[in-house]
Amino acid sequence: MGSIPLFFRLVGASLGGQARYPASALMLTVGQFLGTGIEVIAVWALFHRFGDVQGWRIGEVALFYGLVNCMFALADALGRGFDVLGTEFLRTGAFDRLLLRPRPLALQLMGNDFRISRLGRLLQGLAMVAFATQQMGIAWTPGAVAIALIAIAGGVALFLGILVLQGTLAFWTVESLEIANVLTYGGVQAAQYPLALYARWFRRVLTFIVPLACVAYYPVLAILGKADPLGAPAWVGLVSPLAGFVFLAAAFGVWRFGLRRYASTGS
Amino acid sequence: MTAATSPRDLARPYLAAFASRFLQMLQYRTAALAGFATQCWWGGIKVMVFAAFYGHAATTGASSSMSLAQAITYTWLAQGLLVLLPWLGDPEVGQAVRTGAVAYDRLRPVDAYALWFARSAGWIAARVLPRVALMAAFAMVVLPLAGLGEWAWQLPAGVAAGLAFMLSAVFALLLSTSMVMLLNVAATAALNERGISAVATPVVIVLSGNLLPLAMLPDGWQTALLVQPLAGLMDIPARLYFGQLQGWQAIGGLGLQVFWIAVLVAFGHFAMGRTMRGLQVQGG
Repeated sequence: MGSIPLFFRLVGASLGGQARYPASALMLTVGQFLGTGIEVIAVWALFHRFGDVQGWRIGEVALFYGLVNCMFALADALGRGFDVLGTEFLRTGAFDRLLLRPRPLALQLMGNDFRISRLGRLLQGLAMVAFATQQMGIAWTPGAVAIALIAIAGGVALFLGILVLQGTLAFWTVESLEIANVLTYGGVQAAQYPLALYARWFRRVLTFIVPLACVAYYPVLAILGKADPLGAPAWVGLVSPLAGFVFLAAAFGVWRFGLRRYASTGS
Repeated sequence: MTAATSPRDLARPYLAAFASRFLQMLQYRTAALAGFATQCWWGGIKVMVFAAFYGHAATTGASSSMSLAQAITYTWLAQGLLVLLPWLGDPEVGQAVRTGAVAYDRLRPVDAYALWFARSAGWIAARVLPRVALMAAFAMVVLPLAGLGEWAWQLPAGVAAGLAFMLSAVFALLLSTSMVMLLNVAATAALNERGISAVATPVVIVLSGNLLPLAMLPDGWQTALLVQPLAGLMDIPARLYFGQLQGWQAIGGLGLQVFWIAVLVAFGHFAMGRTMRGLQVQGG
């Protein structure tokens, strides 16, 4: 079996396993939907009390919010294997089994535990995109759809890259450290508001180190047809999502380095 | 036990349960540090967002009962006290039920509810104290030194406000423990506790004031927001800290916390008694 069909087989098996416990899967999905929904309450309450912020309207912020949640929902479903690498694979020794199989390691990990519950976040994100469309009258021309899809692909690559780095860290710590939450959940939190609201040093971090702005802020400006208050030219949004793929490639570079020093925990 | 035992002797097993769980949990330093880093990032983003909204409101005249400095202090306080919130049951209780060790607890000549309550309180306190201390060091000391004084965690409104806050924080701990006890009972009754906490967590975050100060939610909701039990976890202590509740109002706020503790403890005690009667322990 080729690698790609194998990946889908793994995903199918994982989904099938979760479907055996429908009540639990449903409750976790609802939990994800509500858990991500509370941030909507925060955004809404702030706009309700203070009105527009620095020329940004709630519909525009909703588009940032919706897209970044779609990105993270997909990456989180794919990257679960890297997320729990320390506790579920390294410490138990199950990682050695993966290494023995003559199939790409990354695909095995990605298909390992494809969580249904991430659908909750994805639906939340899509609902917010719909809300933004209705509020701002966004015209989903083929061009705008293409920009959104490229942005989402770049965003999934970026968040997956962060999860790969988190997994890599586990080669040293043999633990799944919650520190990566700063960049995953914290990244979602940061990217759901327009970059222009933040302090300058923080904008630099989000553009050049962890390029969240490249996959969320600039493409969304292009979709909205809004000029960047910070002065970036309009074409930036069309190419910037590529930074997500660069980040993912770099993350896999570090991953291979970590893998080389992997020594089994034995038994 | 004889009838002549002093209150101190009566309290001893519970104090010991509290202390041992407290010391045990203090060992998890890496988890505390990782959580701390996440909370700094989270708090920093919230502070920047508040600053943007307040900065803009200053020109448009939108109003809020809180100043920006208070909103920022509230944010750091909420991040520091994050693990005070009743997220999930004490994992040790769930484990005791699964392994059957719960039978030992049933054999002890102490009140099972009070024993677990003391343990859970120790579990929560040990997770909160290092985090709140780190957060205070970061937001009260490091931020001003780094030249970000306007983003810093400010001192309480006065000595009285500080003392009232401390007392209220202790009540918040007891209130949170009484809610964790309900989750513990749910775990014992083999209810789907993970599902329950998945749904309960967002509610707790919003209604405790952790997401946004309750005062920032729409004005029409304020009374209802203040009297519901979750306000006592975070929002009432914070209002005392800022001196927004004074005199009789302060006593009212503390009284509200005590009222909800009493209600939830009574309910938890009752629910646990019922669950325990139906509990079957297998093996030996």
